Amino acid sequence: MEKDIVNIGKSVVIKGELNGSEDLTIEGHVEGTIQLKEHVLTIGPNGKIKAQVFAKSVIVLGEVTGNVTASDKVDIRDNGSVDGDIISPRVAIAEGAHFRGSVDMQRKGTAGQSTAPKPAAAPQAATAQPQPQPAAR
Amino acid sequence: MGLLDRLAPRRDAEPAPIAATAADDPVFATKALRKFLTSLTSREAPVLLDLGPVVGSNVGFFGETLGCKIFVEDIYADLERHVREGTLDAFPEFLRKRFPQADGSVDGILCWDLIDYLDRASAQALAAELVRVLRADGALLGFFATAQPKEVRYTKYIIVDEVNLKHRTYPSSRARQAALLNRDIIRMFTGLRVSDSFLLQNNLREILFRKTV
Repeated sequence: MEKDIVNIGKSVVIKGELNGSEDLTIEGHVEGTIQLKEHVLTIGPNGKIKAQVFAKSVIVLGEVTGNVTASDKVDIRDNGSVDGDIISPRVAIAEGAHFRGSVDMQRKGTAGQSTAPKPAAAPQAATAQPQPQPAAR
Repeated sequence: MGLLDRLAPRRDAEPAPIAATAADDPVFATKALRKFLTSLTSREAPVLLDLGPVVGSNVGFFGETLGCKIFVEDIYADLERHVREGTLDAFPEFLRKRFPQADGSVDGILCWDLIDYLDRASAQALAAELVRVLRADGALLGFFATAQPKEVRYTKYIIVDEVNLKHRTYPSSRARQAALLNRDIIRMFTGLRVSDSFLLQNNLREILFRKTV
């Protein structure tokens, strides 16, 4: 089944609350709040976001200033930049990415369960396996 | 054995990487990291403050494997900016206001080798702030050179496992300052005690501090 993907182009500036129920790629400027709780948000290389972001997955190739909450994964790619706090069970930060803030990978819904840390082991790879990029329409 | 005897003397031997990766980043053994990790795992949902540049695999290691909340505060980048802008005189004051963390709110601090690149006033200001944010019995891991290397580079420390660190260098505008004596390091971190100290084959001193209760 073909996925719905929306693209906000380079020249577009949005101020306010952005809600959606499909995957979204932003190449323009957005200030405010972005909510795509069940979908993938991609901040393209030209995208500049000053917003609180809530999504299933967030892929950052551009600039984000604000807190990012993802129920699945946050992926900051090479040259991507995040200034803000990240809450997500999985976080991948590529070599060459910029990040300043905090990372909280505690899984929601595990309250009350033991959170005793596992024995230290080799870390995950610096970046996760590539995810398919949503194509702009 | 006295404290100063346990701390390492100076040496001038060449670094001795135990292995090389495909990317030619040397891997060195670490003795103190395991103990630092042990101090973190004694806490539930520990809070970690990393003063180095963000390293994705380290974030995964501390976040996913150890369940830490991680604050990435790249002080090397701040230092680099001050060097380039010629505002190093203001760096101690900048550091006094740099950390938003509350007193005693952090369980572990990765200081890496940052102190080596700071002048005395900046190092003292940073140390005071780190002591402030560290909770009682919290741990701070610092690396200190035993000699002043000629090359002007910073190092990213990438965790391979709990006993090995990959050292990845990158360009800087500032060289290491004079190598500190053990007693000066200890005085700088007043309020902390030296828990463990190791001299590695690469002539890096690893010192694990714990905050006195």
